[in-house]
Amino acid sequence: MTTQTVSRRLAPLRRWNSGGILPILAVLVVLLVLVAARQPDFLSPPSLMSFLGRSAPIILLAAGQYFVIVSGEFDLSVGSLVTAQVVVAARLIDSDPSRTWPVVLVLLAGGALVGLVNGLITTRLRVPSFVTTLGMFLILVGAVYLWSDGAPKGGLTDQFRQLGRRAVEDVPVFGRLPYALLVLLVLAVAAVLLMRSDFGRTLVAVGDNPRTAQLSGVRVWRTRTIAFVLSGLAAAVAAILIGGYGGVSFQAGAGLEFGAITAVVLGGVALGGGRGSVVGAMLGALTLELLFALMNFYGVSGALRPSVQGAIILLAVAVSARRFSSR
Amino acid sequence: MKRCLAAVAAVTLLTLAGCATDTPVATPSSTESAPAGAGTGEQSKFFDQTDYDNELALLDATATGPADKPWEQALNPTLVDTTKFKKAGPYKICFSNAALNNPWRQVGYKTMQAEVAAQGDRIKEFVHVEAEGKDQKQIADINDLLGKDCDALIVSPNTTATLTPAVEAACQTGLPVIVFDRGVDTDCPVTFINPIGGYGFGHVGAEFVSQRMKPGGKLLALRILPGVDVLETRWSAAKVAFDKAGVDVVGVEFTDGDPAKTKKIVDDYLQRYGTIDGVWMDAGAVAVAAVEAFQDAGKPVPPINGEDQLDFLKVWKEAGLTAIAPTYPTYQWRTPIIAALRILDGQQVSSPWKLPQPTITQENLDSYLDADMPPLHYAMCGCTDLPGYPQRWK
Repeated sequence: MTTQTVSRRLAPLRRWNSGGILPILAVLVVLLVLVAARQPDFLSPPSLMSFLGRSAPIILLAAGQYFVIVSGEFDLSVGSLVTAQVVVAARLIDSDPSRTWPVVLVLLAGGALVGLVNGLITTRLRVPSFVTTLGMFLILVGAVYLWSDGAPKGGLTDQFRQLGRRAVEDVPVFGRLPYALLVLLVLAVAAVLLMRSDFGRTLVAVGDNPRTAQLSGVRVWRTRTIAFVLSGLAAAVAAILIGGYGGVSFQAGAGLEFGAITAVVLGGVALGGGRGSVVGAMLGALTLELLFALMNFYGVSGALRPSVQGAIILLAVAVSARRFSSR
Repeated sequence: MKRCLAAVAAVTLLTLAGCATDTPVATPSSTESAPAGAGTGEQSKFFDQTDYDNELALLDATATGPADKPWEQALNPTLVDTTKFKKAGPYKICFSNAALNNPWRQVGYKTMQAEVAAQGDRIKEFVHVEAEGKDQKQIADINDLLGKDCDALIVSPNTTATLTPAVEAACQTGLPVIVFDRGVDTDCPVTFINPIGGYGFGHVGAEFVSQRMKPGGKLLALRILPGVDVLETRWSAAKVAFDKAGVDVVGVEFTDGDPAKTKKIVDDYLQRYGTIDGVWMDAGAVAVAAVEAFQDAGKPVPPINGEDQLDFLKVWKEAGLTAIAPTYPTYQWRTPIIAALRILDGQQVSSPWKLPQPTITQENLDSYLDADMPPLHYAMCGCTDLPGYPQRWK
């Protein structure tokens, strides 16, 4: 094996080469420069804060997806989970302010439960996570249609919506701080701390080489199941923010799973697990949203977004495959 | 090994990406939208000048029939004889419904059920079959209903061309057939009931917004989906109005009926242009989201049109908007039942039966507001006098 010699020679590039966050930071800076050149107003605090606020859900979903991907699995169910949660929230709250907070708890519990089911089916029944979560995706879509007779019912209260819609006003320097951004910051710090804990190291080890992890005493199935639960919880928080931002809709979560996976891959996280950081994944989501904002400023049709996402997935996987094969 | 896995994963993701962007209405969700600032673009291939002229003329026509019951009124009626369908009641009436997949159809269907209840002693049985938005299912549904001894058949077709042969087959059995909402390409039904239509809807909104916005201002047009006839007619009439008024249409975007996407689009345009001076929409479903985008950005809400959904009327009233709400009234769901009973009585009915299409304006807004009804309820349901109001619609 020449791996050791090669990696020693490339030591200065190591952060660059092994799923570090430098590449994504570089891309982000380039995009910021391009945005600044085209639309300097965008970088003014109020407009930047509103951009960060509305990007918070996809960044959270990217973090949730990161836990699953780094442990060697996938979660395709998050988009439909978000839709289901928004529709369920509207029907349960039914415009009654006193039900707001109980329903928020129900949503969080529901997200965790869906994650738990995904995790247990994948790990205990040995169904590949692609299939498990694709099945969950379809089950949720169908269940929501059945339950709501094909059109959303009820309504969300202003209390429920304020997290996704409102902001702390009149903050010095920033102007206004969206609640969504504050939620994001708190959860992002929590995610980073989690990844630095023993659990975080175990999670990466499981994705890198489940056999080795198991032999060194890790209960692989439990670790991966927790990763799915974290992804479900992230989807629940995203649903609360998205429902708050936009209101009830059957479209609320459409395509978000691909947004999250694209963001994670863009952030230098290896599909297949074991490599990449949660900060990278979240920066990947931010970069993706910034790229879409840039496309908007240059008048590129929003319809091109799915194609751009697809190209990024292909490109990022190809690049990372090259990177890893040179180990 | 890992490299291989990653490649397999990427390919699978890309294959799946197609299905994730699908909308429930099963129509292409993202096709080309007009590039920003490119004006109104080409006229829609659905545009038909004769139909357009007719509909605009109907907007000014005086309706015949009881003034307080627009669902019984007809514009420029042409009466047809129905004596050959006359028979003794009570009747079994059958209804093949395209779908119940949006709030408009939900409200409409409840209104129809209430009309059936109101006619209780004359209708012994009401059979409803829903095709879930699938042509093939509706063709089979109609075929099934033909074997069920119905006295009259009501059809709300899913698509025009595909359902035409099924409706023709139903006519040939000698059954009185009543078509409403969307049409079919045949004259064999006894009557075809619908309001004025999409050109009228699109025109009313576009004319209002272009007259009220500041001259030379920037207008954003928000559409649900391309390629759906009832929506294309709305847009094509609006396009004619904007071109005539010389409005600077800075964008024509598709929202997929998604409020979050709508807010992002409006936000994007506010970022790009600083201000937007008018918003036109081809349907009211996401009108509230568009209004919120302006409010959340701290900008004044420009002249805008919505529809008669209560969430929009409420925001209009509370925020004091400069707004208008053309309608595609859900009270048209009452008319097929009334028509069926008249036909079975041997009374004359108008064919086609064009219903008035009222517009909610600042002047009559208050009479349509109802704080007790759910936000997605349609105010123009003509249902307040029906049995079970308001509980049935909640």
